[in-house]
Amino acid sequence: MAVETIQLLTPEGERVEHPDYPLELTTDEVKSLYTDLVLVRRIDTEAIALQRQGELGIWASLLGQEAAQVGSGRALGPRDMAFPTYREHGVAWCRGLDPSRLLELFRGVSHGGWDPRAHRFHLYTIVIGAQTLHATGYAMGIQRDGAVGEDGEAVIVYFGDGATSQGDVNEAFIWASVFNAPVVFFCQNNQWAISEPLERQSRIPLYQRASGFGFPGVRVDGNDVFACLAVTRKAMQAAREGQGPMLIEAFTYRMGAHTTTDDPTRYRLASELEAWKLKDPIERVKAYLVRSGAAGAAFFAEVDAQADDLGRHIRKTCQDMPDPQPLAMFENVYAGPHALLDAEREQYAAYLDTFDSAEAAR
Amino acid sequence: MTTMTLSKALNAGLRKALEDDPKVLVMGEDVGKLGGVFRVTDGLQKDFGESRVVDTPLAESGIVGTAIGLALRGYRPVCEIQFDGFVFPAFDQIVSQLAKMRMRSLGQLTVPVTIRIPCGGGIGAVEHHSESPEAMFAHTGGLRVVACGNATDAYTMIQQSIHCDDPVIFFEPKRRYWDKADVDTAAGLSAAVPLDRARTVLEGTDVTVLCYGPMVRTCVESAVAARADGRSVEVIDLRSLSPLDDAAIMASVRRTGRCVVAHEAPVTGGLGAEIAARITEQCFYQLESPVLRVGGFSAPYPPSRLEEHYLPDLDRVLDAVDRTFAA
Repeated sequence: MAVETIQLLTPEGERVEHPDYPLELTTDEVKSLYTDLVLVRRIDTEAIALQRQGELGIWASLLGQEAAQVGSGRALGPRDMAFPTYREHGVAWCRGLDPSRLLELFRGVSHGGWDPRAHRFHLYTIVIGAQTLHATGYAMGIQRDGAVGEDGEAVIVYFGDGATSQGDVNEAFIWASVFNAPVVFFCQNNQWAISEPLERQSRIPLYQRASGFGFPGVRVDGNDVFACLAVTRKAMQAAREGQGPMLIEAFTYRMGAHTTTDDPTRYRLASELEAWKLKDPIERVKAYLVRSGAAGAAFFAEVDAQADDLGRHIRKTCQDMPDPQPLAMFENVYAGPHALLDAEREQYAAYLDTFDSAEAAR
Repeated sequence: MTTMTLSKALNAGLRKALEDDPKVLVMGEDVGKLGGVFRVTDGLQKDFGESRVVDTPLAESGIVGTAIGLALRGYRPVCEIQFDGFVFPAFDQIVSQLAKMRMRSLGQLTVPVTIRIPCGGGIGAVEHHSESPEAMFAHTGGLRVVACGNATDAYTMIQQSIHCDDPVIFFEPKRRYWDKADVDTAAGLSAAVPLDRARTVLEGTDVTVLCYGPMVRTCVESAVAARADGRSVEVIDLRSLSPLDDAAIMASVRRTGRCVVAHEAPVTGGLGAEIAARITEQCFYQLESPVLRVGGFSAPYPPSRLEEHYLPDLDRVLDAVDRTFAA
């Protein structure tokens, strides 16, 4: 089977057409996409710096995957629901989440904590692939609510190339297929599952797996924000209208380490990274804007200034983030009273009080 | 008041829950047309339709994982895991996803999923069909774990579990599915014993026997036999395994001064160990003898021709009762 990759913007910033994915974007829309790409990269840069300074325990970098995330994230409607992995900072941004909320998890002050319903953006899921089943179940709920149709709702779920080996992902494919659930499977194939290359997960291109499950799959240039936007838009609309699931493989590259604790020099060649730098997702939009005369130095400087502001905001909110109170760990475990946990909470509170009274007696 | 089997009582409870709340769904393998391999869901799909009583693909992680998604959308799924030994493919979804969702979201998400698991041995089944994995779930914060022991409780407890906003692991004693008891389907749930409370099945003064699920009947039979020897045995059906009803346990043990915990699961790291530790912590000075455990051995469940040796029976419970008096 020939491998086709949908591309609407070349690495050199040249616009190309695809008959199945017509895309009309105003200059303002392109500028806005560019702005998001730059801001999302800045979130990443700041977070890595904060980790290096000891403010975060760990950070999972999205460097190189900005177009896949912003393109797909901007394709979602306000009522669509997104289920992320732990790396979808760009999608979170598109769903209106303050990036400092993401830092809570990586700083260790909460396990997430934003309101998934308000943002239509579920909590990060760390166990690989588990969220694909949640997304599929949620999509089955949409069906039961009668919310499928022209004005319907759909779900998008993110996962990586490594996750495609997980049982849960394969089970999610089966469920979505046999129940025709309105869910789009968005696989960011960033070529590496920590140290394991794609070849350790699959002998065939990932998007081709969809056909075995009975629904369409497509590969999109994951570094092309236009293509990611157009392909996701179309898949989401098809899902909303009741045409069932689809697999999108966004072919991209993890330009950074898996997380801040990883050292990619142990398992991959620097030349590979250099080759992918030429396909940078931001540079090609910039080239397109310059080439078409739509934007000049003033615009780019303005975006950079916006990024600086965002960086300051992230640093400040991170450093100001208070540690939770010790007894917070007992909260929200159960919806109602739980005699044993309530007793443990009481005992631990009393134990903590002994330090206070010892302090007072001194 | 109607006399019905435990299996039928569960069926009636599920039916009531489906009638009362359109958000309640039943899902699992063979729960539709077949009515479940134990017929617990018999006739439900016919009456409530395929979108509310869902025959799922054959994958347990998928059943629980999609139930979580449905719960996030506002539904109340009741999953059936066909047999105890098949729950492990769903272990991550239960322990890492379902149990933690509420806490991870700072209380913003509620996942009221009930997972029904037929448990225990004694039906001559092949391997993986006779296990008692309750301690693994009772060990997990965020879950509630309950076990019904008779038809009366089965009817109310399944409804209470479905109403509960927390995830509930609901153990059904499969060798007692055909035991009959009186069930009052006209009485509302408000009259029922709360889901997290134990129930005294038989009052006694000399020794407390704690049990749940399939062992309740065995322990009652043991108590009756002990009476012939002049021993007054109090039998308590724990019903709730997480949380344990400490208050009921301690009140009884303080009176009797002796305690035996009986379950089919292996005693090592089992509920009996937890209960014995709690009794030691809370009423050590009222004890006349050590708390004893009767249960399965620390070996895999044996082939069914040997299961009568593995499962605690009337004699093994009585033996333990005797030993609490030997000290």
